[in-house]
Amino acid sequence: MHDDAGRAMVTEGTLQVTATDPNMRLLIIEDDRESADYLVKAFREVGYVADLASDGEEGLALADSGDYDVLVIDRMLPKRDGLSLIGTLRDKGNRTPALILSALGQVDDRIKGLRAGGDDYLPKPYSFAELLARVEVLSRRHGGPAEETTYRVGDLELDRLSHRVARGKDELTLQPREFRLLEYLMKHAGQVVTRTMLLENVWDYHFDPQTNVIDVHISRLRSKIDKGFERPLLHTIRGAGYMIRDGIR
Amino acid sequence: MTAFGKLVRTTAFRLTLVYLFLFGLFAASLLGYFAWNTRRLITEQITSTVNAETGEISDIYGRRGLRGLVFTIENRALRPGANLYLVTTPTGQAVAGNVGSLAPGVMGSSGWQETEYRRLDDQDNADHRALVRVTELTSGFRLLIGRDLEERRRLFGIVAQAAQWSVLIVVVLGLGGGIFVARRVLRRIDAMTGTTQRIMAGDLSGRLPVGRSGDELDRLAENLNAMLERIEALMIGLKEVSDNIAHDLKTPLTRLRNRAEEALAKSGNETEYRSALERTIEESDGLIRTFNALLMIARAESGQARDNMDDFEAADVAHGIHELYEPLAEDGGMVLQVKTALAPLHGNRELISQALANLVENAIKYGRPTAAAQPLGADAAASSREILIEARRDGDKVLLSVSDHGPGIPEADRGHAVERFVRLEASRTLPGSGLGLSLASAVATLHGGDLTLGDANPGLRATLALPARAATSDRVAAQTQDVPQKVA
Repeated sequence: MHDDAGRAMVTEGTLQVTATDPNMRLLIIEDDRESADYLVKAFREVGYVADLASDGEEGLALADSGDYDVLVIDRMLPKRDGLSLIGTLRDKGNRTPALILSALGQVDDRIKGLRAGGDDYLPKPYSFAELLARVEVLSRRHGGPAEETTYRVGDLELDRLSHRVARGKDELTLQPREFRLLEYLMKHAGQVVTRTMLLENVWDYHFDPQTNVIDVHISRLRSKIDKGFERPLLHTIRGAGYMIRDGIR
Repeated sequence: MTAFGKLVRTTAFRLTLVYLFLFGLFAASLLGYFAWNTRRLITEQITSTVNAETGEISDIYGRRGLRGLVFTIENRALRPGANLYLVTTPTGQAVAGNVGSLAPGVMGSSGWQETEYRRLDDQDNADHRALVRVTELTSGFRLLIGRDLEERRRLFGIVAQAAQWSVLIVVVLGLGGGIFVARRVLRRIDAMTGTTQRIMAGDLSGRLPVGRSGDELDRLAENLNAMLERIEALMIGLKEVSDNIAHDLKTPLTRLRNRAEEALAKSGNETEYRSALERTIEESDGLIRTFNALLMIARAESGQARDNMDDFEAADVAHGIHELYEPLAEDGGMVLQVKTALAPLHGNRELISQALANLVENAIKYGRPTAAAQPLGADAAASSREILIEARRDGDKVLLSVSDHGPGIPEADRGHAVERFVRLEASRTLPGSGLGLSLASAVATLHGGDLTLGDANPGLRATLALPARAATSDRVAAQTQDVPQKVA
């Protein structure tokens, strides 16, 4: 899928966080100088083009004119707040995926943000790895293969209609939740998927468990799809989450 | 403002004034109507008597001539309480009657007139008023018959006096009553104001005085007291949180700072720096989690999460959490089971799921059977590792419970265990924020239920008791029943 685009590196069996798409263009709309500079620098370091707007009006003008893959918008901005900015963009027919950053992290704030037209919502403080993973999943460059009926990573194959999973010639038996977990991972094959993303998208919970409950599910899934095979497909990305992909070059 | 000024400004006093005015007006108009009617009645009576007598005497004159007329008049004039009579010749000479003097010109014109007069036998030489009728007899003689109006005047005077007195009494009683009521109300309001000022000054434990009469002021005071109760509880909660934040967040922050400092002081290599930084991130993640949990509890307790309520099945929540935690329990050497019956709920699904998740996490962490409680035999050992999630309906409650077979919590500690940041002695060595049960309890309170910690014999049974959602038909019935009650 995106194997050739990525530049993941191997270090002691785990992958470091790196960009999977070097041509991605981002617009960061954030009024706090320091966090804005940090974000721009961090995104540029992984190889993305990142522009910066420091208030709502400037952000709206840039987002409207520029061809961006993802918008990262702080919820509280001078001149025009983040939610109204997204609303105005959507009214104009601009569907660029938008991720809202906010200090308001409760479930209802999140729902409000998504209702206003945001595509994802990340409460502050966040880790950059989490933000990066979400931005990559949001990017419309990855919108294409999502609707395929069969996902393939290496010799692992998942049929979304018949719910059949096979690795090579071996048929695998998965529990329904394991199937959905694998489905989500394979839909975003080659991209880092964080624990919270999994909890939100596979389980539909938005709270933060105090325990490593997702890791246990992953290790069960891993024992089914990777155990006994020469090449592991399901990788742990240190400090970020998981990624399913074939072949490390 | 003077005390009197305050008094006349009260609603009660102003109302009294309005009523006073209305009552005075009412009394005055009633008496006025009465007086006017009486006067009219007396006048009518005089008129008809005089008319009858005029007819009668004209008749006598016609039949018996001047002699008969004079005789009759003289006769009648001598009776006690007699009417006024006067007969004059065409030249104006008095012939007979009891009238001494008249206002000039009265005898000259015929018809009804009011006039001053004096009786012949009058001693006091004072003028009186009378209503008289003058008729011309056939031969040019003129006849006057009339009645004194003293009676009418006296009666009218009595009524007028009564009116004055009654208005005076109304005013005095009304003002007195008004002042009395206003002072009473004012005293109570002053007491309330005093209390509220004390409360505003910071004494949140103050309460408004409530009388025994159950009137509107008492009801107001009761409601305000209930409000104060709630405010005080919230303030205490807030204070507790800030105290706890100060203590329990400062500790890890200090640890964080110390580690960073230590790493900086030691001239380490890159690996050491890296691991110090990783530990720092871990520690700050823990801090963020604690902070989020605190905010969540505060929100649940303040009732802000009341939006986002919908209808769902408690059994689904139980299965969802079971599904999520089953592998984790198994990794920890426990067996997570679920047992459900239909139990419809209305609430914030996310929060209830999280509350249940916290209970399950606690059971996995602390529900391990202790060596002493470990029963003999393999089967018994297996069942003692079981954690059971249960969802069922019990009357109008939905019970979501998690039972383990661990050491449990001694009865004396159970109330305490729900408080924020409380970590019982037995669990201090295990990781955790001490907020799990507080959050579960806050969620239960938000939904109008509660969290109870009980005994699972052996072990702990934590139960979220939430009000069940009424079935749709029940609800319609309840609503239709509600309507007349509201009207009543």
